[in-house]
Amino acid sequence: MFVSLITGAIPLAAVFLFGCVGEIITEKSGHLNLGIPGIMCSGTAGGCLGAYLCVSTFGNHVSWLVLVLISVALAFLFAAVVGGIYGFLTVSLRCNQNITGLALTTFGVGFTQFFIDNFVDRDYLYRASRIINRGLSFAGDLGWFGEIFLSYGILVYVAIAIAVVTSIFLKKTKTGLRLRSIGENPATADAAGINVTAYKYSAILIGSGIAGLGGFYYIMGYLGGSWENASTIEALGWLSVALVIFTLWRPNLSILGSFIFAVLYILAFKITGISFSQMSLLKILPYVVTIIVLIFTSIFGSKNVQPPAALGLNYFREDR
Amino acid sequence: MERQVALELKNICKYFPGKVMANKNVNLTLYKGEILSLLGENGSGKTTLMNTISGIYAPDEGQIFIDGKEVVIKSPKDAYLYKIGMIHQHFKLVDIFSAAENIILGVKEKGSLKNVNTRVREIAERYGFDIDPKKKIYEMSVSEKQTVEIIKVLYRGADILILDEPTAVLTPQETEKLFAVLRKMKEDGKSIIIITHKLNEVLAISDRVSILRKGEYVGTVDTAKTNQKDLTEMMVGKKVELKIDRPKTEFDRPLLEIRNLCINSDDGNVAIDDASFYIRGGEILGVAGIAGCGQKELCEAIAGLRPIKSGLIMHKGENIIGLPPRTIIEKGVSMSFIPEDRLGMGLAPSFSITDNMMLKTYGEGKGPFVDRKSARERANALIKRLEIVTPSSETPVRKLSGGNVQKVLVGREIEAGPNVIITAYPVRGLDINSSYVIYDILNEQKKKGTGVLFIGEDLDVMLALCDKIMVLCHGKVMGIVHAEKTTKEQLGLMMTGSLDLTEEKKDKNLGFAKDSNLTEEEWKSEEERQEKEATDGRS
Repeated sequence: MFVSLITGAIPLAAVFLFGCVGEIITEKSGHLNLGIPGIMCSGTAGGCLGAYLCVSTFGNHVSWLVLVLISVALAFLFAAVVGGIYGFLTVSLRCNQNITGLALTTFGVGFTQFFIDNFVDRDYLYRASRIINRGLSFAGDLGWFGEIFLSYGILVYVAIAIAVVTSIFLKKTKTGLRLRSIGENPATADAAGINVTAYKYSAILIGSGIAGLGGFYYIMGYLGGSWENASTIEALGWLSVALVIFTLWRPNLSILGSFIFAVLYILAFKITGISFSQMSLLKILPYVVTIIVLIFTSIFGSKNVQPPAALGLNYFREDR
Repeated sequence: MERQVALELKNICKYFPGKVMANKNVNLTLYKGEILSLLGENGSGKTTLMNTISGIYAPDEGQIFIDGKEVVIKSPKDAYLYKIGMIHQHFKLVDIFSAAENIILGVKEKGSLKNVNTRVREIAERYGFDIDPKKKIYEMSVSEKQTVEIIKVLYRGADILILDEPTAVLTPQETEKLFAVLRKMKEDGKSIIIITHKLNEVLAISDRVSILRKGEYVGTVDTAKTNQKDLTEMMVGKKVELKIDRPKTEFDRPLLEIRNLCINSDDGNVAIDDASFYIRGGEILGVAGIAGCGQKELCEAIAGLRPIKSGLIMHKGENIIGLPPRTIIEKGVSMSFIPEDRLGMGLAPSFSITDNMMLKTYGEGKGPFVDRKSARERANALIKRLEIVTPSSETPVRKLSGGNVQKVLVGREIEAGPNVIITAYPVRGLDINSSYVIYDILNEQKKKGTGVLFIGEDLDVMLALCDKIMVLCHGKVMGIVHAEKTTKEQLGLMMTGSLDLTEEKKDKNLGFAKDSNLTEEEWKSEEERQEKEATDGRS
C-alpha cells in the first residue's frame, strides 16, 4: 500500500512539478500566467501529435530516443506558442494579465480537445507510452528501492532536474538575479540597463514550454497513454498554479511540494470504501493546504516569502 | 583656459500625450568637474529632461552631445555606455536584494559577489560613504538607500551623475554629508547635475545654475554672481514677494484641545509622549520637528485613523476619541497629509479630480446615485482658483505633476468648509509660486475663524506664516512659542532636544488653555471616564 501510494504519486508529482516550475519562471518575470492550465493542455496536444507521428511512421520499434526527443520538442513548442500569445498580449500590448491568462486557459482546453479528437490516432498513444516510460532495466532487481526511485520514465527525472537547475539559476547566477529584479521592480531593472522585454518574453516562453511538458507527461506517464479529456489536465493546471504559492516561489521546494500535492490528490483513489462525494472532498485537500500556507505567510511571513513585488503589473518605461 | 564640455543638449523637445509639452527647445551645457544645479518650478520639466539624458524617455526633437560627439540615447543601457548615471528621486532599488546585489544588477562583467563587496568598499572609502554591502534594502533607512543608488552609479564608472532632488528626503546633517561626498566627486573630475528646490542648497553646492521655466530653458548663471532673489525671479518669471502674509485675526476660543496625549507608532514605539496643546479659531499653529518626530502619528490620531494610548482630544468641548473618521470629518475636522511620495494619502491616483472631490462628499447626493454634476462644477472652480495645470477635470490625478496633485488635495479639504484644518507638508516639493497659493488659502481660512494645525518643514516659512509654533522632538513637546517672539536658532535647539521649554515651565501647564471649553472638574471627569473605558476595554 505504502509503496504503491508513492509509485502512484510520483508520476503525478512530475506533472505538477513541470507546471509549477514553468509558472515560477514566468512569475519571476512579474507575469502571473493564469493560462498555465491551457498551456499544459496545448503541450499535451503537441506531445501527443509527436508521439503519434513517430509511432505511426516508424512502427512499434521506434527508437526510444527519437520518440522522446520529437514528442517532447513538440510539446514544448505547442505550449510555447500559446505562451507566446500570452507574452505578446501582456508584454507588448500590456493587456490585463489575469484576463489574458484566463482566456488562454479556455482557449487551450478547447483547442486541445479538438486537436486530439481530429488529428491524433489515440491507439498509437498506448504504444508510445510504453516506450516513453521505459525505466531502467535493473530497477526491478533492487526491490523497493528500485521501485520507488528508479522505476519511472525519463520525464520524471527531467522534471526534477529542471526544478534543481531552475533553483540554482534563480539563486546563484547573474542572469537569474536580473530575472528576479524584473519581477520585483522592472523600472529598476530597466534603469540598470537590463532588457526587460527580452527577459520577460524568454521567461514566459521557456516557462510555458516547461509547463507544457507536464500536460504531455500526464497522458503518457500517469495515464499510460489513455486520453480522457482536456478538462482533467486543466484541473491539474490549476493545482500547479496553487503549488507555486504553496512552495513560496521556490523551485527546489516545489519538488517536495508537488509530491505532497500528488499524494493528497491520489489519496482519494487509494482509500477504499468511500463514496464519490467523500472522494471529492478529499480532492480539495491541496487547495486547503495552499490556503493555509497563504494565511501563514501573510501573518508571519518575512519579505523573503512574498510573491515577486511587481507580479501582475505590466511595465511601460515612459509611464508616469 | 577653455573648460572641457562633458555634456551638451541642443534644442531638446519632449511632448507627452495629451497636449502637455514637458520640454521645449532646452539647451544645457555641463562642463567637466563641475556641479550644475537645475532649478525650476514644479512641472517645469527638470525631471523629464534628466530622464531624457538617462534614456528613460526618448526626446522628440533635439541633439545630445557627449564629449563633443553627437549621441543617441535610446535606453538606460545606452546612458551607461556613455557613462551617465542617474539617481532617481524614487529610488530604483529591488527591496529584497542586498546592497551588493542591487549594485551589480545589469553590470556585464565577470567576478563573484565577493569582488563586488571589496570594490563597493573601495568606492565607499574613496568618497566617504558608510555602507554594508550585505544589508537588504528593506532594512535600510532612506539615506542608506540613497547611498546604495549613488554607489551603484559610481560602480558602473559613471562620469556624469544626475541627482533628482536628493535632499528632499534627507535631514540637514545627512544633506551636509551628501554635499561633502559630491564635492569629493567633483574634485575627482566627475560632472554632476543636481535638481533641488532649496535655494540655499543651490547656492551652497553648485558652480553654476541652469533654470527651466514651464519646460523652456531660461538661462544659466554662475552661482558666485547670483543670490536667492535673482534665482527666484528667473525661476518664476516675475517678481515674487518673499514675505508671507500673517493677517491679524481675533483669536476665538479653543477649538481643539489636546491633553496628555500618548500615541504609539506602527512598530510599537512611543510616537507622541504626553503632548498637551490647543488650537484656537483664527490661528495657525505650526508644528516643527525633524522627520519622524511623531507628526504623522499626531495627525492620524486627531483624524481618528490611529488609536491612541492615553490622553484626551476635545473638539469644541466634546470628546472625539474613538469616533469613526467620518463623524470627525462631519464635525468639521479635516486633515490633508502630504506623504513623501505625495500620492500615498488622501487621493485616489487613477481617479479624476472630479471623482477625488467626491471621495469625501459622496454621501450628500440624493438617492443611490452620485452627484457628479455638482462635483464637476466644484472641480472646475478649484482648477480655476488654484491654477491647477490639467487637461481637464476628468484627467486622472496621477497624470498631474506633484504640485498640482497637492493643490487638488489641499483644495478639496478646504472646499468642505472645515473649522479645524490639519495639514502636513502642504508645500512639500512645491515651487515658490504654488507654495504661496497654498499659504494664501490657509490665511484665508484663518481669517474665516478656522483653526489650522500646520505641520511644516521649512522654519523660515513657519516663522512667517504661523502664529504659534509647537516643537516636537522624539514625540515630546519641547515648547510652544509665539512665532513673532522666537528665533530660528531657538527652534533649531528645541528640535534637536537641546532646549526644553516645557520642562522649564512645567508648573505652568502651558499646553492647557486658560479659557478652556471645559472646567477643570469636567476635564477630571473626562479623564476618569477615559481611564474607566480603558480598563473596561482591557478586562
